[in-house]
Amino acid sequence: MTLIEARNISLDVPDMSHQALIGQRRKLRILKNVSLSLKKGETVGLVGESGSGKTSLGRCLLRLHEPSEGTLAFDGQDITHASPAQLKPLRRRMQMIFQDPQSSLNPRHTIGSILATALKLNELDAGETSIAAILGRVGLPASASRRYPHQLSGGQRQRVGSALAVALKPEFVVADEIVSGLDVSTQAQVLDLLKGLRDEMGLALAFISHDLSVVRSLCERVVIMKNGEIVEEGLTADVFANPKTGFTRTLIASIPLPEVRPGWLDQ
Amino acid sequence: MPFSLILSRALSALVTLFGVMVVVFVLVRVAPGDPISMMIAPGATDADIAALRAHYGLDLPVWQQFWIWFGQVLHGNLGTSISMKQGVITIIGQRLPATLELAIFALAMAVVWGGFIALVSTAWRGAWVERLIDNFNGIMLAVPDFIWGLAFVLVLGVLAPVLPISGRSDPSIDAGLTTQFYILEGLLRGKFAFVWDVLKHMLLPACALAFPLAAVIGRVLKNTMMDVMVQDYITLARIKGLSSLRILLQEALRNAAVPALALTGVQFTFLIGGTVITERIFSYPGIGNLAIDAVINRDLPLIQGLVLTFGIIFITVNMLVDALTVWLNPRLRHA
Repeated sequence: MTLIEARNISLDVPDMSHQALIGQRRKLRILKNVSLSLKKGETVGLVGESGSGKTSLGRCLLRLHEPSEGTLAFDGQDITHASPAQLKPLRRRMQMIFQDPQSSLNPRHTIGSILATALKLNELDAGETSIAAILGRVGLPASASRRYPHQLSGGQRQRVGSALAVALKPEFVVADEIVSGLDVSTQAQVLDLLKGLRDEMGLALAFISHDLSVVRSLCERVVIMKNGEIVEEGLTADVFANPKTGFTRTLIASIPLPEVRPGWLDQ
Repeated sequence: MPFSLILSRALSALVTLFGVMVVVFVLVRVAPGDPISMMIAPGATDADIAALRAHYGLDLPVWQQFWIWFGQVLHGNLGTSISMKQGVITIIGQRLPATLELAIFALAMAVVWGGFIALVSTAWRGAWVERLIDNFNGIMLAVPDFIWGLAFVLVLGVLAPVLPISGRSDPSIDAGLTTQFYILEGLLRGKFAFVWDVLKHMLLPACALAFPLAAVIGRVLKNTMMDVMVQDYITLARIKGLSSLRILLQEALRNAAVPALALTGVQFTFLIGGTVITERIFSYPGIGNLAIDAVINRDLPLIQGLVLTFGIIFITVNMLVDALTVWLNPRLRHA
């Protein structure tokens, strides 16, 4: 059953390079006629270069941006132009994990208070034991709740980001380049964590990445974007086996291959 | 804050104060004008003048005069005012509370007003409200405090006399206070009618001092708020379901306040400097007004004492701002 459905969505933003003397700034169309739907428990990879609109699409799906054209429905309810008050009850059910956990955690609040605000606002138990349980679920010690974001490592901060998203028991999560700032072994840990949470909670997951090898290991379906448009989509296996457009072929060709000749470095 | 840091700050404050003492002491003696010539009666002989000079110690070399004064200051004695024939500490002690109450009242107005316009224009960013506030702010920023003061005197004191424009309180009211902290003591003793009268006298000079500062606070705070509002943690707060007001106050303001706070500290010292002219315009009996009298009378001990007082105020304000900045920023607190 379809959880989130975007139909022919376009998004305009004011063009900051253009200063009008009178009246409004010129508009820049950064998403053009994009359609995408996710079923419960399904994982879709959004892939593209920087500036291709994958993050904007992700934020549109969460109704952080209001689409300029098209319609957006969550669980059968039209939220294209919903007001903040109408969105409030839905907010808990759709969450986001950010690329840069450094900037997504308020430096003035402890991890515990960041989690507690989120829980309290959504009328969930924000006691010490439940926060410790959430931290434990993402592999952090309970003592992390007293720490400030700058006192954690990058991998730990990304775990806090995931902890926040899953603490609210959402149905839909947008993960925006969540592993691109991490080293490979930490990447693998965070991805394992995400997979575990997804399978456990039946999340619909929009996984935004420019790293095709990560997308291939995680996503059933993949959407390739370029210049604000979807250029190709399909099952991950199919797209990787027979890419239809030249752009996709280039992207696939750019995946770094593992070491082909063992021991070449020693020679 | 670690103890060693506090200690080094305190030491550098003392060094600064010493520098202030040297500079002002030398400057008032190098500058033209002679306190003795201001006080001699016509027809005084050269011997009378020399005797007066010796009486005030002005016949000694400047460095010797300085060490005598420096020794006195270390013993808590700022000397005797030449024009007012009273201890400098006594005079300043009587006038300082008036200036402190005025400056703090003006600062409070500026922070509240500046913070308010920053929050409103951040909340309605991109809308006409923001442009209106920006333009209004530009006017407040462009006009200096003494022009505001003169304008208030003309418009609200002369054309439409709605507020008092001189003094600190109505002389016909005798509140029977023992200190010069009229507002503080008046509130503590429950003399609200008197406090109200003092506030009315204070309102126009305080506005003149507060307007430019409010504009600076408003502008800087708005800019830092705008930087903060595009951070991911603000988006995260929206996703968490926080209301716009709570996002502004709880998530954004504390992050944005730090740069604005540092600037407010610096600007507050300008505001205290501005009290000199503003108090004159409103005949307000504070140390700023006193400073002008002291300069006119070439009252060297009083000038030195006043500059030292201003120096202590500036240094204290700066140290308070440093402490607040550290307290507000956990990253510095744990450094």
